[in-house]
Amino acid sequence: MSARQVARTYRGARAAAGPLVYVGAAQRAALGEWVTLKAKGQPPLRGQVIDAGRDLSVVQVLEDTLGLEPAGVEIELTGELAHAVVGKDLLGRALSGAQDPRDGQPRPIGEAIRPLWGAPLNPTQRLPPSDFIETGISAIDGMNTLVRGQKLPVFSGPGLPALELAATIVENARAPRGEPFAVVFCAIGITERETRTFLDRFAASGALERSVLYLNQAQDPTIERLLAPRAALACAEHLAFVHGLHVLVVLADITHYCEALREVAAAREEVPGRRGYPGYMYTDLASLFERAGVVKGKPGSVTQLPILTMPDDDITHPIPDLTGYITEGQVVLSRELHRRGVFPPVDVLPSLSRLMNAGIGKGRTVPEHRKWADQLYALYARGREARMMVAIVGEAGLSPSDRRALALAEAFERELVNQGTHRRTIAETLETGWRLMDRVPREDLIKLSDELLATRPSQRAEAQRKEA
Amino acid sequence: MSASSERSAPKLTRVVGALAEATGMREAKLNELVRIGDGGLLAEVLRITGDRATLQVFEETMGVALEEPVAREGEPLSIELGPGLLGSVIDGIGRPLSELAALTGDFILPGASAPTLDKTKRVTFTPGLVEGIAVHEGDVLGTVVERGGFEHRILVPPGRQGQVTKFFGGERALSEPIATLADGSSLFLTQRWAVRRPRPIAGRKDASRPFLTGQRVFDFLFPIAEGGTVAVPGGFGTGKTVIEQSLAKYAEADVVVYIGCGERGNEMAEVLHEFARLKDPRHGRPVLDRTVLVVNTSNMPVAARESSVYLGLTIAEYFRDQGYRAAVMADSLSRWAEALREIGSRLQEMPGEEGYPTYLASRAAKLHERAGRVTCLGGPQREGSVTLISAVSPPGGDFSEPVTQSCLRVAGALWALDPELAHQRQFPAVDWHTSYSLYAEAMGQAFDASCDPGWSKARAEIVELLQRDGELREVASVVGPEALEDKDRLLLTAASIAREVVLGQSAFDPNDAYSPPAKTFRLARAALELFEAGKAAITKGAGYADLDLAQARRALAMMRDAPATELDARAAEVSQRIATLWRGGAS
Ligand SMILES: Nc1ncnc2c1ncn2[C@@H]1O[C@H](COP(=O)(O)OP(=O)(O)OP(=O)(O)O)[C@@H](O)[C@H]1O
Ligand SMILES: [Mg+2]
Repeated sequence: MSARQVARTYRGARAAAGPLVYVGAAQRAALGEWVTLKAKGQPPLRGQVIDAGRDLSVVQVLEDTLGLEPAGVEIELTGELAHAVVGKDLLGRALSGAQDPRDGQPRPIGEAIRPLWGAPLNPTQRLPPSDFIETGISAIDGMNTLVRGQKLPVFSGPGLPALELAATIVENARAPRGEPFAVVFCAIGITERETRTFLDRFAASGALERSVLYLNQAQDPTIERLLAPRAALACAEHLAFVHGLHVLVVLADITHYCEALREVAAAREEVPGRRGYPGYMYTDLASLFERAGVVKGKPGSVTQLPILTMPDDDITHPIPDLTGYITEGQVVLSRELHRRGVFPPVDVLPSLSRLMNAGIGKGRTVPEHRKWADQLYALYARGREARMMVAIVGEAGLSPSDRRALALAEAFERELVNQGTHRRTIAETLETGWRLMDRVPREDLIKLSDELLATRPSQRAEAQRKEA
Repeated sequence: MSASSERSAPKLTRVVGALAEATGMREAKLNELVRIGDGGLLAEVLRITGDRATLQVFEETMGVALEEPVAREGEPLSIELGPGLLGSVIDGIGRPLSELAALTGDFILPGASAPTLDKTKRVTFTPGLVEGIAVHEGDVLGTVVERGGFEHRILVPPGRQGQVTKFFGGERALSEPIATLADGSSLFLTQRWAVRRPRPIAGRKDASRPFLTGQRVFDFLFPIAEGGTVAVPGGFGTGKTVIEQSLAKYAEADVVVYIGCGERGNEMAEVLHEFARLKDPRHGRPVLDRTVLVVNTSNMPVAARESSVYLGLTIAEYFRDQGYRAAVMADSLSRWAEALREIGSRLQEMPGEEGYPTYLASRAAKLHERAGRVTCLGGPQREGSVTLISAVSPPGGDFSEPVTQSCLRVAGALWALDPELAHQRQFPAVDWHTSYSLYAEAMGQAFDASCDPGWSKARAEIVELLQRDGELREVASVVGPEALEDKDRLLLTAASIAREVVLGQSAFDPNDAYSPPAKTFRLARAALELFEAGKAAITKGAGYADLDLAQARRALAMMRDAPATELDARAAEVSQRIATLWRGGAS
């Protein structure tokens, strides 16, 4: 809509089904136009044109359409597109997915409005992400380093502590050089209890005043789930690229988002894709996840930490699958480790930060970081293989080196992955790893050169002792 | 304006997603471009029924309203080809992204138009023919030397001919003629081509020369030919993009067209950043100078994703026609197919398998047919090629899905990526059991002739080693490795070493990211020699535990990671380790 249109009002919809209302002959309806539906004796409903047609337009309604009588409803096309109110005054505030205050305070005035749908960041204006974020978590900092401007989802399973992990990261995350940062938390269809887990921890750390909360919980309207993350990201982009803040966006839970998407697709009787999810889910998810990054000549950044629950712990389910195809790696949680009391229960093998190399090494963490991680990963992978073998051939069937690998894998999980809520600096993480490697003979450290091994802490200590 | 002309003026009657409908379109042509809405967004006619046309819109349609105007452009989606393409970054409809940034800022907003090439740019044209000569389509008129020394050959556009009455050599703007023909018409430094139509050639040639990738697992095990096609399917994170990027950097091609089709913005930023700094190992020029980037990231409009592939192929064909070896990296064709599906389903077409349109396979076949080694149109006599390397992103990593299958039916090779190998950090994570190359035998012979006569033989030996390894590992997983005979344990270790140092290649190791054929061969030979020496020792009575395989392995890994200047010294060390493999076996 190049020029804003005036509002037009019509009486009576042709039909209604689930979240959709079908309107005949809505003049000059624009795609994405904001609509208000008024029925006698009911609070107004809000919706959006998702199919503008001369003969029939389709409006997707945010709120529950229970009891809606199509023939009697008054339909107002507002002449406006959905937008987000953004500004620094939103810091410390809690809003609904439709941006209504949820904290009893007046509606924020904001500094600007941005189109809710956002626009693609011009790839030539992006800077490749390269700044290390210290999360305080060894399995991430050491093995799957998070970088500013990255989108790194947590693949969780029902009942696994993904939100606790996110809360820990948000509490701990230190920007290098202490630059200003903010958190945007967007709850998408999660329960009151889940929301509390996050917010209580968060409030205790005093981080609430530098954060904006968008809360769409399980009891809130389903379709609002499609808007909540977009409002959150519009706000994050503003804080990052106008105010220069480093913004960490937590989106929980993408699974609920996808279900809302499926609901709309089913109501429109679209040809379903895999497991009933629409064929355009990849593109739709990308329109969220791609809103992370660093822009040339702008001080801030948007980093995303989406959380998703893999239905049935199945990583090939379309939700984690399509997410993995868009994001820059994934942190996968393990039921097995959780059962054994390991926190955070990160399974390092399927986890990967694709931008790790850009964030580590000389001048960022330590020069030998890559080799350190590769060697630990190889040892752990070998140990996990041995653990599988034990199930078939018994421990006696293992070679001595397999047995050593098995012992190392256990120690790795107990000592490096497991850390409770205690924060570890990158130096502490690296040192914990070296201590594990000290326990295996030289021949098992196939990825490390003699020169490098001579620099590990235990060797340096030894050398010093000898000198003394 | 009279009432009747108002009624027939084209205007929008529907807008949904990437699709729009308009009336007043009786005279429109299929695939004709139109501008829609007050913002003038670019769209293409897909269907005409009487007065109504269905359009696919290449830009974001949010906010476009019914009754807004539609203007016909008269020509199909085309691209301007000429000097200045190399080193540029364009979107799926040919707009330079840097120009878009100048117009709409950091974020791309709909309705901006920017020509692919800057017509005011001045270059130096050197005519290669004399005035008075008769020229035909495809003839090289002369050259323009581009940044970094690339010789851009200016061709007579397809379908044109005549006698040159005058050449305008020297410094010319792209908008100025460089020659006039006897019929009074002019020839320019640039030419337009409709991207959905393959550019004409004089004839096709056999695939007989290897397309050198610099990646051992490909050159050695699954080599492809210049002008060949390969599908690279793999689940997320299996290394498709790293392969495409490595090939774009190091493969032996004169021009690389990198199509980021429905993938990540950060990856594009990385390519730009890195390619501008990285020097081509052969002549020391920045890799970006031989690259054209076509970018439609996953959050950019879906219709422009479909077109981006044709745009990229057209650019590659244009350089092929100049007599160059062009390579197209398409990452990922699945996103192209999904765009087809999305448009098709909005058109309410009868869906085929998994909702993809029934014409998916034929479109995929046509697209692959645009690759090949050819004799170019016109003189002087020359040949060129387009090699196509396409990533495919199968849902759930399951290769039985329609896109992978459609590509496999027409591609000459399969580089199958395996998530299991990726988890083991065995990179490139190429599954050597399912991958194949129809060019393997012919290319093996070419390597025998150009690199080492023992190439094919060594390849066969490595293939057999990996084959045996697969079988033995199955046995070992049941009885445990300890229960195997010594010679079998040796084989397992030798295969593991071959996997690590011959097939394994880190894209991030500055010394090993690119492996010339000679290095590839030496590493393969060394791994085989190690295996032979171990076998000989065991025959002479040594036990598996008596062999110092760990030291030999480390020496091989050091040889692999050594800078080129130290390769000989490291190779000598490997030989030394192999000679003393049997600890107690002093001759
Ligand atoms: N040759 C290689 N050397 C070292 N690491 C590699 C190599 N190939 C892949 N990797 C690792 O695997 C990661 C994922 O690779 P890549 O981004 O190419 O996957 P992809 O198949 O393109 O995934 P997607 O389909 O999600 O785009 C890389 O970030 C890198 O860590
Ligand atoms: Mg990729």
